[in-house]
Amino acid sequence: MNFHYSAAHLIGALVLLLGFQLLYQRRIAAVIRSFAVQAAALALAAAWQAYIQDSPHLYITAAIALVFKAMIVPFALNWLVVRLGIHKTVETALGIGPTMMIGVALVALSIVLVLPVTQNASALTRENLALAMSVVLLGLLMMITRRNAVSQVVGFMALENGLILAAVGVKGMPLVVEMSIAFSVLVAMILFGIFFYRIRERFDSLDLHYLESFRGER
Amino acid sequence: MKTLAAQALIAIALLLVLCPLAILGHRLKAIHALVYGAATLISIHLAGLGVMGLLDGDAIGSAGVTLPIGLPWLRAHFRFDALSALFLVVVNLGTTAASLYGIGYGGHLAHPNRVTPIYPLFLAGLNLTLLADDAFVFLIGWEFMSVSSWLLVLADHEKPENREAATTYLVMAVLGSFCLLGAFGVLAMNGEDYSFAAMRGAVLDTVEVTLLVGLVLIGAGSKAGVVPLHAWLPLAHPAAPSHVSALMSGVMTKVALYGLVRILFDLNRQADWEWGALLMLLGAATAVLGILYALMQTDIKRILAYSTVENVGVVLLGLGLALAFRASNEPALAALALAAGFYHVLNHAAMKTLLFLGAGAVAATTAERNIERLGGLIRLMPVTAVTFLIGSAAISALPPLNGFVSEWLILQTLFKAPSLPMWTMKFGAPVAGALLALSAALAAACFVRAFGIVFLGRARSPATLDARDPDPWMRAALILTAGLCLLLGILPVTVTSMLSDVSQSLIGVDLSESIIQGWPWLAPVSAARGSYSGTVVVASGLLMILVTAIVIKGFGTRKIRRAPAWDCGHVEDNPATQYTASSLAQPLRRVFGTSLFAAREQVEMPMPDEIAPARLSVRVIDPVWQGLYAPAIRAVDWLANRINRLQSLTVRRHLLLMFLTLMVMLVLAAIRRMLT
Repeated sequence: MNFHYSAAHLIGALVLLLGFQLLYQRRIAAVIRSFAVQAAALALAAAWQAYIQDSPHLYITAAIALVFKAMIVPFALNWLVVRLGIHKTVETALGIGPTMMIGVALVALSIVLVLPVTQNASALTRENLALAMSVVLLGLLMMITRRNAVSQVVGFMALENGLILAAVGVKGMPLVVEMSIAFSVLVAMILFGIFFYRIRERFDSLDLHYLESFRGER
Repeated sequence: MKTLAAQALIAIALLLVLCPLAILGHRLKAIHALVYGAATLISIHLAGLGVMGLLDGDAIGSAGVTLPIGLPWLRAHFRFDALSALFLVVVNLGTTAASLYGIGYGGHLAHPNRVTPIYPLFLAGLNLTLLADDAFVFLIGWEFMSVSSWLLVLADHEKPENREAATTYLVMAVLGSFCLLGAFGVLAMNGEDYSFAAMRGAVLDTVEVTLLVGLVLIGAGSKAGVVPLHAWLPLAHPAAPSHVSALMSGVMTKVALYGLVRILFDLNRQADWEWGALLMLLGAATAVLGILYALMQTDIKRILAYSTVENVGVVLLGLGLALAFRASNEPALAALALAAGFYHVLNHAAMKTLLFLGAGAVAATTAERNIERLGGLIRLMPVTAVTFLIGSAAISALPPLNGFVSEWLILQTLFKAPSLPMWTMKFGAPVAGALLALSAALAAACFVRAFGIVFLGRARSPATLDARDPDPWMRAALILTAGLCLLLGILPVTVTSMLSDVSQSLIGVDLSESIIQGWPWLAPVSAARGSYSGTVVVASGLLMILVTAIVIKGFGTRKIRRAPAWDCGHVEDNPATQYTASSLAQPLRRVFGTSLFAAREQVEMPMPDEIAPARLSVRVIDPVWQGLYAPAIRAVDWLANRINRLQSLTVRRHLLLMFLTLMVMLVLAAIRRMLT
């Protein structure tokens, strides 16, 4: 049991660490690759939970995470970047340093919040929930500190990763919930793809800054 | 007792069924009479259930009914106790009269199909609120009541002032419900669910009690028309068809007071005496301001609506007194004050229904609501005039009618308040008593004016010339309510003994201690301080009339003497030279209105060579509207303009906003956790 707990904790922490890694990438391609690694770590976490909870349906979750989030989505994003000839650097709205510091603060906040609230739950669930919430908040942080539409989409996907991490850690979460999350991500991916095309067509850039000036607000 | 609750629920379900029936049969001419007839029968049934509940003391503490409606894990709880029984009687006496009136009246409205289907929904909402035993059912009933009455106010939406009234009403109703929701939230804060049973056990700290009383006062007070939240009431009540106005004024305000009593006397009994003092202050202010407003009006239905504000103030005064007595460990006096308040609730429901129905009869036959253009109707509409006179006398607190008994009881109880140890009460209670007496006197002036201008004198405009009494159904409703006013006044001890159970259930003490002498003498506090019997007053009055008649018949001279007729002081044969509503109210307007309402009179005299009439114009400003509502409207406008800018933020900033909100909430949660 102790080993189960340590390993689950380790994998969860790995997902969180990769969430931080997403924050300091300066190139789009690196962002996408980090995301793929995070999704793979997530699949590992799901598979490990399937093993220790002895609930086979979580293997399906793991498979979905591995196939869709770690392979298809990054591939599609890469393809889009190449195809659309998107600017290869990440435009930040807030410097890397401050962003990292805020990220650390967010992790601290979620630990402060989650640990006392879930005193009745098992230690594994508590730690897992705190990690998952940190990942969600980091995803949200990424969405607001990056100008580029591709980074925002990756931030959104990272946020979803956090949700799934929370879902697999709780015993008895029905498969249908995880399936629907996975498919909603896919649908969102398709929508974003279309969205990229439209923006690109009109502004020759995916920097949302142009969109703002088009709306006459700057 | 379970059967009583179940029967009442079945009756409510029948009322709900009437709505689709009325819609399906909207082409039939007879459908209106049918629906109102059915509503009358159901109302009589519900009132009967209420009376049975009041007579049968076992009602208290009985098990409720739980229906599997609503969210699966919540279900709907209903309960029938002494308090609901009393208010079922109050509500359904009013709805019986109004529905009876509707049989004749409902089909002849301008747009009957806008009213008939919604009317039973309104009745269902009123009754549902009274039977609720959890916050959800209560609020659903409350909202049913608000929304259906809002639709009824909108029945004649071609007139812009009606639309405006309906909008004001809706805004106030939403505010009220929102506050009540908050109040229930405070009550359920420490309990496990929203059922009233769980709320009764909750123990709140001082801050929570403050929050609770404040929210209840705004929530229920805005519905009842407590100053300064009354502004919608005189707009919305007159805008609805008359039988609905009667219900809104006579009954719906009582349901609001029921909410107040339910929360402050039943669900939570922790409110301290300061809150009682506040309620008394608000009640006294509401009573005096309400009746002063009424004196400034010339629209008959608006006069009645403002008079409702006054009477709500009187009841609130009684409830505040009960709260203060309860908090200072005087349960017998608290029970008496509460019973006095309930007595006035019952009385006002009867007399205000009567007056509104009478006003409706006048408005229907003359198509005129401005009393300056009415006059001399007593000869053309004798039944309406006599019943309206009975209602006016009752609401002016004249013995032997019912209004006197309850106001006298409240005053008698108020005289005991200086014996409380608090200096605020020692000095405040006499002031409240003086204000109550003032409001009763002003009410008499107001209804002398209303009755005199409408029914006496000579016709002031051609509108009144072919007025006649309404059809038998409407006459029956008028006579029924007038008889009720008389009965409630003549048999005070019977009524108070019925109210005894209610006090017992809320305060824990019945009225046997406070009402000392037996039937027919009503002697609150002590027989030496004052006792009253409507029965004896009526009996001795009748006896004196009999004696006088015998004396005149027996000893009077039969010689006929001829003399010129007195012409009542009329110099000129022009109806315009009579007293008008405005001239009758002028002295009072000058005394009270000059400072309170900034009333100013302006005389425009024509130049000596001009051929133009001189004009006297009066300008009255509502200080509450100017001081409270107008700034609130401006603030909302300003805020809406500010918020409007958020509409055009960028995607990233929208996200940032969400992120920051989330952060603030999370940090607050973290801080709260650390503190506890």
